[in-house]
Amino acid sequence: MSEQINKQLSEAWQRFILALPYTWLLIFFLAPFAIILKISVADPILAQPPFTPSFGDAGELQISADNYVFLLTDKLYAITYLKSVMMAAIATLFCLAIGFPIAYGIARSTPGTRNILLLLIVLPFWISFLLRVYAWMGLLNNYGVINNFLMWLGVIEQPIPMMYTDFAIYIGLVYSYLPFMILPLYATLERMNLDLVEAAQDLGATPAQAFWNITWPLARPGVIAGSLLVFIPATGEYVIPYLLGGPDSLLIGRVLFDEFFINRDWPLASSVAVVLLVLVVVPIVILQRNQARDAEQAT
Amino acid sequence: MTRNSRFVISMLVFGYAFLYIPLLSVVVYSFNDSRLATVWGGFSTRWYGELLKNEQITSALFLSLKIGVTAATLATLFGTIAGIALARFGRFRSRSLFTGLVLSPMVMPEVITGLALLLLFVSLQQLIGWPGQRGFGTITIAHTTFAIAYVAVIVQSRLSAMDESLEEAAMDLGGRPFRVMIDITLPLIAPAMLAGWLLAFTLSLDDLVLASFVSGPGGSTLPMLIFSKVKLGVTPDINALATLIIVFISVGVLIAWSIARRMGKDSSG
Amino acid sequence: MTVDNETHAFIELRNVSKHFGDFVAVDSVNLRIEKGELFSILGGSGCGKTTLLRMLAGFEEPTSGRIFLDGVDITDQPPYERPVNMMFQSYAIFPHMTVEKNIAYGLHKDRLPKDEIEDRVGNMLKLVKMESLAKRKPDQLSGGQRQRVALARSLVKNPKVLLLDEPLAALDKKLREHTQFELMNIQDKLGITFVVVTHDQEEAMILSTRIAVMEKGRFEQIGKPKVVYEYPENRFVADFIGTINTFDGVVQDAQSGRVIIASDESGASLYALSDSPPAKGSAVCVAVRPEKIYISQNRPDNSEDVCLPGVIEDLGYFGNISLYRVRLETGKIVLVSAQNRQRTIDRTLEWDDEIFISWRPRSTVILAE
Repeated sequence: MSEQINKQLSEAWQRFILALPYTWLLIFFLAPFAIILKISVADPILAQPPFTPSFGDAGELQISADNYVFLLTDKLYAITYLKSVMMAAIATLFCLAIGFPIAYGIARSTPGTRNILLLLIVLPFWISFLLRVYAWMGLLNNYGVINNFLMWLGVIEQPIPMMYTDFAIYIGLVYSYLPFMILPLYATLERMNLDLVEAAQDLGATPAQAFWNITWPLARPGVIAGSLLVFIPATGEYVIPYLLGGPDSLLIGRVLFDEFFINRDWPLASSVAVVLLVLVVVPIVILQRNQARDAEQAT
Repeated sequence: MTRNSRFVISMLVFGYAFLYIPLLSVVVYSFNDSRLATVWGGFSTRWYGELLKNEQITSALFLSLKIGVTAATLATLFGTIAGIALARFGRFRSRSLFTGLVLSPMVMPEVITGLALLLLFVSLQQLIGWPGQRGFGTITIAHTTFAIAYVAVIVQSRLSAMDESLEEAAMDLGGRPFRVMIDITLPLIAPAMLAGWLLAFTLSLDDLVLASFVSGPGGSTLPMLIFSKVKLGVTPDINALATLIIVFISVGVLIAWSIARRMGKDSSG
Repeated sequence: MTVDNETHAFIELRNVSKHFGDFVAVDSVNLRIEKGELFSILGGSGCGKTTLLRMLAGFEEPTSGRIFLDGVDITDQPPYERPVNMMFQSYAIFPHMTVEKNIAYGLHKDRLPKDEIEDRVGNMLKLVKMESLAKRKPDQLSGGQRQRVALARSLVKNPKVLLLDEPLAALDKKLREHTQFELMNIQDKLGITFVVVTHDQEEAMILSTRIAVMEKGRFEQIGKPKVVYEYPENRFVADFIGTINTFDGVVQDAQSGRVIIASDESGASLYALSDSPPAKGSAVCVAVRPEKIYISQNRPDNSEDVCLPGVIEDLGYFGNISLYRVRLETGKIVLVSAQNRQRTIDRTLEWDDEIFISWRPRSTVILAE
């Protein structure tokens, strides 16, 4: 009998400690999304808080899809969403193009060098995101380091306007998110057996063929993980377009921010967030599946 | 080891230059005497002096540190439990919901999490009168929620790399589950918990978007203050502040790295 | 077998099964182990032997059946309450504790007085010859030393049964041989019942008082090492333990214990001795171990023996023995091993030599299908 009690005790104890993070996340992560959903179907009013309650005085349900209808029919919003996704996608491709050879180079270097190279990739990640974006403001300015340098060289006479353009946003995105691409790529490439490539070459493949037939397919989990880790946050990015982009660079993260804080239209901001969530939920699910499969294979 | 091709080496050089030149330029310009941040006016350290006199900055820094320590500690507590649960509890009910809850904040765009949390706080205030004022408390909650995921992932991966029979052996020798956790599991994941704490602390110090949403009037963290200043353009005192942060964090990371390396050598040798 | 079911065995498994989803790891197994035995469970990977051991330790709960230890039903006892200790395959030495602390861990959990803990740890260190390394951390130990620490740690609580999961698998060959005998000595000295799980048949043969051969969650045969080797009950056991030549045939005649079997594979009649000969005309499998077979250039004149002509197709020199692959006229390949008794570098038998192989009828085993 005492054994049964013991077993139940240890299970109860497990449940108890699990309840701590569980409750926390239910209250502070899941519940907020329910509230966003609720507010996104309300109408804005001049009050505190500035939206209509879900139930009227008589207890009748008062919700409307007006915000969503507006988002889907308003051309500006469609363009904003499209542009956000496209810029994030292009930045992801650039990160992949730059990150892959770097990750490959790190994975193929001697263990001593490898540690230092990895440290140097991780280091900027620990240094403030905001300051890293800020650093580019000093470089891209009309009278910034790059233009000054080019003019000093005599390559150009007038400064090239780079700041407050889409180009600056791309630079900012690629710069900030490059480590997120390199680290998962490195992890898969490092695990890959180098003999495979040598075996392929031994069997007559050229280095290029060996890359396409062996390295690239085996690196796919890393490519998927890295791409999604760049794409998902880049889609909703707020700081980079705000600091580096022009006033007309309407990206969704910034629009959401402005809609909420400047126009004080909480219901519309909420529906903007819901639509953005729908856009990124698919990549998030793919990412988690990919990670789970990767973890299974590793064990 | 095969030698890297010339292409790969040049990509490495380009990549690292790309990562570090902007930071270097900030450091260099922080010693610029000129008020115009883009024109070189000779070497000077005067901006560092002005920085220390700026009470706004020191109080924002203090608030950020307070939030960072609290949030990192809470996140380490919850994240460690979550990591242990994911790695060791096997299949419990609603495991997949739990996994999703733990890991999603890591990839969720910050604007969504930030807005969602703010709306929660506003609703709660209406319902139960708490939180009366948004600031330290609400930012700490937001940062904790966000950082749990990172701690959980670090702890979980450490645990899955660890031989499960260590815990079984302790149980076999008479340790009850709770004792086994204290005697064996916790000491072995302590380095992972420390790494998780540091990461959570850094993420908290670094965060702008979440804090901007859930903070109230008067509660300005260091990134919020910096953001309000750099919105208007490059300024020399921010260059100086950035340099201090870069140097401080680099030294910290280097120390942590060399300690980790020495510990790694000890345990593998 | 005649076993009195009334007197309980020291360890007894009654109809124990373990299912993992659809997979049946252990299939309604019955087992009785006596006090002081060194009992081995031998089988390939995935045969269920480790699951069985983990059920004895309390890490897995049987899906059905009961487990008794010294007359007490321990099926529902958690591992930390069973008077049973285990030595893990990975040794599972706590990396953050010294050798001494590792060994003392179980005693601390029993809340023994300090002096007694010190005493017993000291004795154990002496027993496994690790006194000088008591303060070392596990990462400063060699594989063999770690094995000793694991052994000491699991013995120090004086368990009624010590479970050993592949105790020697992580050691290299020389150390393994040495450690085998040390394990046997320690078991002898302490009189604790050992249950060993292993995939290594040689290890099981040398160590054990009895062996259980396991396959697909069931026992194929349980018996003393000699019995299991010399009198395998079925083809699986015969094949699994050592090497064996088999011939399919039909019983032609069985008189006064002497069985004559006709086999298409051998090309000539085979003889065997049996107390309970199978019926005339029944299909049987006849087996003979390679070392029981003589090989000679001339036909031996003993007509009692089985004698078959053949050609040496291949031969291998192993130093102590030579191994021959002999092709019979029927095309069947028979393995023969011969001791190299004479020191010589000239071979008497060569490839393609026409030879005769022969063996005594009592070397022949009749296997149940």
